[in-house]
Amino acid sequence: MAYHFDFGAILDYTPVLIKGIAITGELIGIGAVIGVAVGIACAWARTFGPAWLRPPVSAYVELMRNTPFLVQLFFIFFGLPSLGIKLTEMEGAIIAMVVNLGAYSTEIIRAGIQATPRGVIEAGSSLAMTRLQVFRYVILKPALQRIWPALSSQIVIVMLGSAVCSQIAVEELTFAANFIQSRTFRAFETYFVVTGIYLLLAVLLRQLLRALGWWLFPKKAVR
Amino acid sequence: MSEFTTWDILRNLLLSARWTILLSLTAFVCGGVCGMIVLMVRTGRASWLRSVAAGYIELFQGTPLLMQLFLAFFGLSLAGFDVPPWLAAALALTLWTGAFLAEIWRGCVESISKGQWEASSSLAMGYLQQMRYVILPQALRIAVPPTVGFSVQVIKGTALTSIIGFIELSKASTMLTNATFRPFTVYAFVALIYFALCWPLSKASQALERKLNVAHHGH
Repeated sequence: MAYHFDFGAILDYTPVLIKGIAITGELIGIGAVIGVAVGIACAWARTFGPAWLRPPVSAYVELMRNTPFLVQLFFIFFGLPSLGIKLTEMEGAIIAMVVNLGAYSTEIIRAGIQATPRGVIEAGSSLAMTRLQVFRYVILKPALQRIWPALSSQIVIVMLGSAVCSQIAVEELTFAANFIQSRTFRAFETYFVVTGIYLLLAVLLRQLLRALGWWLFPKKAVR
Repeated sequence: MSEFTTWDILRNLLLSARWTILLSLTAFVCGGVCGMIVLMVRTGRASWLRSVAAGYIELFQGTPLLMQLFLAFFGLSLAGFDVPPWLAAALALTLWTGAFLAEIWRGCVESISKGQWEASSSLAMGYLQQMRYVILPQALRIAVPPTVGFSVQVIKGTALTSIIGFIELSKASTMLTNATFRPFTVYAFVALIYFALCWPLSKASQALERKLNVAHHGH
């Protein structure tokens, strides 16, 4: 049996693919910014926060890191409505990505914060900086610089993980792929092309984050 | 229509968790073999083979696991095989695990000092002998904590196989939700079962890492 590959059929659906790419971009754009913000807040809570705040934050981090993203997504999108919290697909997907990335980035950022030399914090305090100023300028920024590569790869992993959001009917790239293959019956060609697009997006996102790193941290790291 | 009690839900979920465990073990063992081969090629002598291995790792780390599952599922059936979901799932997860483990282990191999390579090479050892007797025994010791840590990713990865129709814990939860209309209970249980599987491994990985660090500081 000879199978004839037909990639032309997929080209007809370029606008669908472009829309899918745009929504995947939207998901990771919003998810990454809020997710890293959650990560910073939780990392602060686990290192300098009040003692009562640490156990719940640890529990959140452990729970998210040890359950699959798919289950988190289903729990948020299908489970929460029975508590009266109704979400659109897009909201559900973004919340799932935020809580997921938030947990992973907490651990990454915390590692960066804990690598801060003691003397640097004391030097900050001796300059009459408030605790918040010390955290913001002396601890956080160098910490983020130290762990930027690890954080970047985590963001790329979450972007690739967003493929799962198609399962709650968010019209992102994988959803577009499923749509195209159901119309053309060209499953292999469609997924082949879309896998290539994901690879390209991953490379692009990595470069973008590297450039962002240069822009955010122009000076060399203090070790 | 029969009524589902909470116990029925939990019992069915626990039964389906067997398949999650079985698939995780298969993927981890086969992926380990695959990863070892890729590692040998990636750190080997032939430079073109090294680039092939690097490309393989980049391809599997840079694309969603879900796409790899779809390609395995639809690609194999194009080749004329009648692919059951479990086979496509095991194949895709094996290749995916292999890529990640190869990269993790490469880091460990490269952390072994160059002097070890030079010394063993001066003893007229071939590449495979060097790996077998000198490098791997040292590298694998460092490799244990991150490898155990990655097994958590494998277990979580198996959840995606529900999408190509392999009936494991996640697929069972979707089916149970459809039958019981109690998504909150079902997905909460599922999350707890995954947590019960993954958390001990995460903790073990952390404990092993601490132990290794203490050993290093002792020198």
